[in-house]
Amino acid sequence: MTTSRIKTNTLGLTREDYKGRPSTLCPGCGHDSISNQITSMAFELGLDQSKVIKMSGIGCSSKTPAYFLGRSHGFNTVHGRMPSVVTGATLANHDLTTVAVSGDGDTGSIGLGQYKHLIRRNVPMVYIIENNGVYGLTKGQFSATADEGQELKYYGRNELPAIDLALEAIIGGCTFVARSFSGDAKQVQALMKAAISHRGTAVIDIISPCVTFNNDDKSNKSYGYGKEHEIPLHEIFYFAPDYVEGKDEITLQNDYEGLIEVDMHNGAKVKLKKLDRDHDPRNRQQAIEVLESSHRDNIFLTGLIYYEEPRMTLNDTLRLTDTPLAQLPESKLRPSAEALKTLMEKFS
Amino acid sequence: MSAVNLADQTNLQPFNGEPIINDFAFTVATKNGSGSQTSNNVLVMSLFKMGIPVNGKNLFPSNIKGLPTWYTIRASKDGYTARKAITEIAVVMNQDTAAEDIKNLPVGGICIIPREWKWGQSRTDIIYYEIPVDEIVKNSEIDKAFKDRVGNMVYVGAVAQLFDIPLETIYDALLDNFNGKEKPAKMNFTIVQNAYKWTAENHTRRHPYRFAPMNATAGKIVITGNEASALGALFGGVTVVAWYPITPSTSLVDSIMDHKHIRKDPDHGGDTVAIVQAEDEIAAIGMIIGAGWAGARSMTATSGPGISLMAEFTGLAYYAEIPCVIWDVTRMGPSTGLPTRTSQGDILFTHFLGHGDSRQLVLLPGSVEECFEFGWRAFDISEHYQTPVFVLSDLDIGMNNWMAQPFAYPDQPMNRGKVLNAEELESFIQEKGNWGRYLDVDGDGIPYRTLPGTDHARSAWFARGTGHNEMAVYSERGDDWVRNMQRLHRKFEYARTTLPQPETDLKPGAKVGILSFGSNHDAIREARDWLRERDGIETDYMRVRALPLAQSVFDFVRNHDQVYVIENNFDGQLNQLLGIEYTDSRAHVKSMPLGDSLPMTPEWVYASIIGHRAGK
Repeated sequence: MTTSRIKTNTLGLTREDYKGRPSTLCPGCGHDSISNQITSMAFELGLDQSKVIKMSGIGCSSKTPAYFLGRSHGFNTVHGRMPSVVTGATLANHDLTTVAVSGDGDTGSIGLGQYKHLIRRNVPMVYIIENNGVYGLTKGQFSATADEGQELKYYGRNELPAIDLALEAIIGGCTFVARSFSGDAKQVQALMKAAISHRGTAVIDIISPCVTFNNDDKSNKSYGYGKEHEIPLHEIFYFAPDYVEGKDEITLQNDYEGLIEVDMHNGAKVKLKKLDRDHDPRNRQQAIEVLESSHRDNIFLTGLIYYEEPRMTLNDTLRLTDTPLAQLPESKLRPSAEALKTLMEKFS
Repeated sequence: MSAVNLADQTNLQPFNGEPIINDFAFTVATKNGSGSQTSNNVLVMSLFKMGIPVNGKNLFPSNIKGLPTWYTIRASKDGYTARKAITEIAVVMNQDTAAEDIKNLPVGGICIIPREWKWGQSRTDIIYYEIPVDEIVKNSEIDKAFKDRVGNMVYVGAVAQLFDIPLETIYDALLDNFNGKEKPAKMNFTIVQNAYKWTAENHTRRHPYRFAPMNATAGKIVITGNEASALGALFGGVTVVAWYPITPSTSLVDSIMDHKHIRKDPDHGGDTVAIVQAEDEIAAIGMIIGAGWAGARSMTATSGPGISLMAEFTGLAYYAEIPCVIWDVTRMGPSTGLPTRTSQGDILFTHFLGHGDSRQLVLLPGSVEECFEFGWRAFDISEHYQTPVFVLSDLDIGMNNWMAQPFAYPDQPMNRGKVLNAEELESFIQEKGNWGRYLDVDGDGIPYRTLPGTDHARSAWFARGTGHNEMAVYSERGDDWVRNMQRLHRKFEYARTTLPQPETDLKPGAKVGILSFGSNHDAIREARDWLRERDGIETDYMRVRALPLAQSVFDFVRNHDQVYVIENNFDGQLNQLLGIEYTDSRAHVKSMPLGDSLPMTPEWVYASIIGHRAGK
């Protein structure tokens, strides 16, 4: 019998312990790759799954929370309305960490209103958009993120401009906005680690090809296009709060000129090493220009597009007590009989 | 009925017949937004302070300023609080409706009207008291800046003089109205005093109506249903409120905000209730479902159009079995309908809300006391059954002031339902071998749930609106689906036996039964007395307080020769529900729906029953 050393994380758990049920999506679906990255991210960070909630709306992407973090509570809600359910859940218990998955139909069409209002309220969560420009479960209609001029088998040519959900996020006041490509596993994972360390709504818009309805090389939501055209803005390095130099396998020379360093809320650090382009995600105008130029020049820029120090979360604005509301004992939920008597006198 | 001697009017002689004491009603007709609310409240509270049973109802338009609005005030020594179809006195302060307001007065009625209108006295069978409103305001020594806002205090002074309300009582009521602030109370009182004085010096009392102190309001409170509901929710431990403003429910959430300080965490100082104004009703219901799933006592308050938007989400909550409480302060529909008028038209819609086979639990408060009680009890029911609970108040209960007994403190500790924490889950698994989110362990259809955040490797479950088996795993199998629906129905049938049961008032030998719910109570109570006193018809009465209908409703229908189902909607929805659930002959059941957008009157109830019997 051979014994192999199975890697465990700080909680003594294996990656296997972070898996969900088997996927029922089409073989090769970009979404499955993202589910895998969520699994890996949670395993590597040593997340306590009992404190994580995995949330979604309706659609192919929204099925995926069943396929990762099997020990986390999950909620597959209704089409386009996942943000409100997350808002309520995190009001009830602010100790919960939210990983949410949505799609371009779920977020960009039916759920656009809730998306904008969630961002406006700055509800802390990782909001992953698995963006393939097409409706899968209803068999291949255009979504609102499909680019102008794109062609689909049954629905012809899309004559309408695309809604850019990353741009909508920045304009809406989101403090962490990234774009990635499901074929770029390393970047997806680094962004997820940074996003989960962020105190506020963190949006990652991931181009995630639909192998069945929208994977023609001519489509800019296809694997072929992504692999050929992706231009990462930076190389991203994530340093966990307990990172000790030399111990972990991260190699980055700190004296690299123009290195952008971001301190995350939980003590983690994100370091961005510039590549060909000079983009500082802390500059809102630059961030908007990156996204505008993507459309104008038809290029596929990925990475951390925009970051700012998080403003107050919704919970902060409500001046609530420290204990999660869901855990308050009856003694703090029901005022005394004396209190009722006093109130009644006011109405007499 | 009137004891007025009309000859007195022409001679302007004082009335010297038998007075009518504490048993008449006013209509105050004003323009919306003219500040008459304060005047009307002060009159109502003054009568309350005199110990006279009183009820005020605001009949107002969907408008901020300018459209006609009416306020009816009824004093009743016998404690009747229903709206009267006809009021003996009209305070006519709106020229746009003056002609109709005067026309509606009964013979011997009284019209109080501004003198400067020079309206004339076309009716010779009523009594006019003309009051120089502008002149009284003009001659009063108050800050000029406020003069255009206090005109409505003139009729308070005139009414006080004409019908015997002591000035000091008016002042007390003014002080209360301004939360004890003397400056505004005194300013308004100046007008009241001057109007009182002018009336006394210039008019001879030619009518029989008088207020006289009683002792019938001692220890009682005056409160709106929406305030009562809000207090009930706070004493029920509400922790998350999400809402979108809509008439007539808005003041319910406003009142939670006004009183949430009673729920401050004494150890921390922070709030224990989160209130979020959502972007629409879909988001509001989504938030409270997320909160209920995560262990909060969550609620929203809305009205018909909001309920429409909540349909998909409440179907999810029903099927995924998530607790939450939804107040529907019902207004007239369909569509935008009459947003400021009362209705009982959402009873079927809420009971069956959700596509597919869904049946929701509904509570039907009939008084402000029940608004408070159901305010806290709804959370116990919702968490016990792990399902949404709808509470159907209406505009009449919700927005009008009602006299009531001080509310009774909850007589039971909170019922948080079958929730397993980490230790309990561990012993559960040890004992039963397994835990599954939708396993019916106790045979009552109610499974055990765990909350997100429970520190146990096997506590997780996946909430979903898609088909699932007992282990909360996705399933498209027909047998899984049917088994789950059967369990949900077991739960529903169990609820039939434990939700608030109907309230009955049975009279020996009565063959006629009246079945109703909600705010119709006062009109029915009074009409039953008339039926007995005037026609010798004794009636039994059952007021339904929850859906699904209790078995005793079916027994009530079965045990009477004639049953009238009285409700304030156009289609007779309670009667329709009876048609679905009651399988015996209903030949003896007569549907009597009203649905004219106003609070039901005893006159209508009485006339409908007498008319039906005469037609036999």
